[in-house]
Amino acid sequence: MDFILIQFLTGLANASALFLIASGLTVIFGVTRIVNFAHGSFYMLGAYLTWTITRALWDWSGREPALFIAGILLAALAVGAIGALIEIVLLRRIYRAPELFQLLATFGVVLMIQDIALAVWGPEDLPLPRPPWLRRFVEIAGSRFPQYDLILIFVGPAVLALLWFLFQRTRFGVLVRAATQDREMVAALGVDQRVLFTGVFFLGSTLAGLGGAIVLPSQSAFLQMDLAIIAEAFVVVVVGGLGSVPGAFLAALLIAQVQAFGIVLVPKATLVLVFLVMAIVLMIRPYGLLGRPQAHARAATGAVEPVIRPAPAILGWAGAAALLVAAAAPFFAGPYMVTVLVELAVFVLFAASLHFMMGPGGIVSFGHAAYFGLGAYGAALGLRYLAVPMEAGIVLAPLLAGAFGLVFGWFAVRLSGVYLAMLTLAFAQIVWAAAFQWVEFTGGDNGILGVWPSEWAREKGAYLWLALALCIGATLLLRRIIYAPFGYALRATRDSELRAEAIGLNAVRIRLGAFVIAALGAGLAGGVYAYAKGSVFPTYISIPKSIDALLMVLLGGVQTVSGPVVGALAFHTLFLTVLQAFTWWRFILGFAIVLLVLAFPQGIAGFVRQRWERARGLEAA
Amino acid sequence: MLSVRQLNAFYGRAHILRDVALEVARGEVLVLLGRNGAGKSTTMKAIMGLVRPAPGSSVSFAGTEIAGSPPYAIARLGLGYVPEDRRIFTDLTVMENLEVGRQKPRDGLDPWTPQRLFAIFPNLAAMKDRPGGRMSGGEQQMLTIARTLMGNPRLVLLDEPSEGLAPVIVQQMAEAIRAVKAAGLTVVLSEQNLHFAERVADRAAIIEKGIVRWTGTLDALRAEPAIKAQYLSV
Repeated sequence: MDFILIQFLTGLANASALFLIASGLTVIFGVTRIVNFAHGSFYMLGAYLTWTITRALWDWSGREPALFIAGILLAALAVGAIGALIEIVLLRRIYRAPELFQLLATFGVVLMIQDIALAVWGPEDLPLPRPPWLRRFVEIAGSRFPQYDLILIFVGPAVLALLWFLFQRTRFGVLVRAATQDREMVAALGVDQRVLFTGVFFLGSTLAGLGGAIVLPSQSAFLQMDLAIIAEAFVVVVVGGLGSVPGAFLAALLIAQVQAFGIVLVPKATLVLVFLVMAIVLMIRPYGLLGRPQAHARAATGAVEPVIRPAPAILGWAGAAALLVAAAAPFFAGPYMVTVLVELAVFVLFAASLHFMMGPGGIVSFGHAAYFGLGAYGAALGLRYLAVPMEAGIVLAPLLAGAFGLVFGWFAVRLSGVYLAMLTLAFAQIVWAAAFQWVEFTGGDNGILGVWPSEWAREKGAYLWLALALCIGATLLLRRIIYAPFGYALRATRDSELRAEAIGLNAVRIRLGAFVIAALGAGLAGGVYAYAKGSVFPTYISIPKSIDALLMVLLGGVQTVSGPVVGALAFHTLFLTVLQAFTWWRFILGFAIVLLVLAFPQGIAGFVRQRWERARGLEAA
Repeated sequence: MLSVRQLNAFYGRAHILRDVALEVARGEVLVLLGRNGAGKSTTMKAIMGLVRPAPGSSVSFAGTEIAGSPPYAIARLGLGYVPEDRRIFTDLTVMENLEVGRQKPRDGLDPWTPQRLFAIFPNLAAMKDRPGGRMSGGEQQMLTIARTLMGNPRLVLLDEPSEGLAPVIVQQMAEAIRAVKAAGLTVVLSEQNLHFAERVADRAAIIEKGIVRWTGTLDALRAEPAIKAQYLSV
């Protein structure tokens, strides 16, 4: 019984930090409709700044608790100011851009802050020195429980009470709640939204910073904090219901308890457990515990997806020519070039498979790397446990990805918009967690090595031909499906689910079909990639990998069929040629993403097409 | 008070308003008449900045050019807007809805307070703490007008205030509009219901396919059954 009580208290203490982060995220989303990936970065900055400020204060006048509290508050306010600055400089310009571009821009901020933190604080983990009063324990039911954690338990409810007062009893709070529902109407009543939005961003970022600050004594500040926390924060926000602060509180309690007990009961599968809880909640309450359907989430008038059209003939010829040159590469190019071409073929298929869901299907996946990784692991695990040759592994790869696509998709396609995207992210994290935590089966962080092709394909040129045949063939097949009756039906369900159902289409089944086809494509790409590299690692399934795929599709333009191909080529070439040469490539990539979003909200291919058509007098609708 | 000239507006490539021109004098009630889809709502949204007026449009309010300004700035100049679909904040109580609308008092106008508004809309006084989502359509319509008045506007744009309301509520609405006029405000309302318009308006402008076809007093309109038949009868 004592053990249960102690784990319960630990869960309560962890819930406080989780609630601070999630409440900030949910408030920001509620008002601005921006899914702020950079929220995890604010949390990380909160920890780092607390480390710096508190130590400075302690050096100045002794290691006093009061100075520690001052350090926490100063760090949180500094993070709030940074958040407000980012809102003013960047986000304010893109409130009208499509949701995904906003998300991408905030991910650009994530990358930039990662490199800034590395430059300022270095790669080492930074623990806060713990004076005696921070190490004190209290006796609870015969066990020792950290006094600091006991205090943390009350921070969450205290902040909840403050937020309740702010939202229920102040004019700012009433305006925020009104804007959460209908920001255009709030503007029409004379409220300057810019002030409101910047204020909300300040508030949300301060809460994230505070969350990072209070965990510092028990964790230490480190560079991977941002993406580690953001997935959890998404889970809490979605489980609680987007935009609901009390919901975030309940969800933080639930998730923290699942973690506290999960770590004892199933230490290998805590992450899986958390995401399972989320999946279960969303199945029962699709809008979270206290969430409500988004009535008019977007006020934009006349936002209709343009019709997907085939690329002009000249682009087709250019593609065919490029393919011929690539196929001839083994005769004139060096081994490095051939390896790069294999990677390009893989990423073209990876991007095209995501595009298949996103463009014609309108199903935005934040976790497409799951299926890529499942393909790669399918091939590797097949080799390791079944000793299957490459020929069978290449078949196993998409099948494993497709099977998981069928299971995950069954849940996901019933939801829409941000909830769907979050659920796909959660599923990807489950797969990642399994690959990372289940060391005996998957090799954990060390991955699985020695995944080499069969004898006949071991030579680089031969493998390139195989990769081109499989990846480009599958990409062309995906393109074919877009123009087949299934593709038209898919677009119909995207544009109007109700009308599609009224003419006899089973929207859920069609969307599920698209989900599985996309998973098959990504799985094949993953399988080809595994044999090309000779190894598989959990990073194949990580959030940045999923973002890579999104970047490729968005850079190319969602509503063009050639977009993912152009995007994959541009992104990967850019990565290999320019970025790898720089030490601070994350910062440069992040900055480039931000600039691209600001300059081309339609993506590169979309932009070029518009220019092309305008030059020929074909004004795009 | 309000002078609209060459107002053009587009939804995508569709040309919705074509050189709309309107003159509204201080203290009068002007009604925009026209069938469904004639462009009445778009005219109001374009004046309010909720639909972007095309380049070359001119909207002058109390001597200030407002075409192209953001909605919040236009509202702060003293232009109130009551949307057709009401757009009550359903999660907020009646009092909180009024608070969102509140702006600073305006020179020369007696500032609106919830108490003063409850005198015009007695139904609302009895449900101060009720969430907007649990009110009837008529009560929501009252609240949306009261909310806009809290901004102490000099001119109110009322988009189809009588639409979908029970006859007894329509009666109350007409009285409310007369009370607003008596308080010294200028009113522009859009209507499909000619009888309602005749009870509250001084002048009318008839819109059809985004073009102003006729303007004049309601007495003059009564004398022209041909105009009524051409543009208003269904």
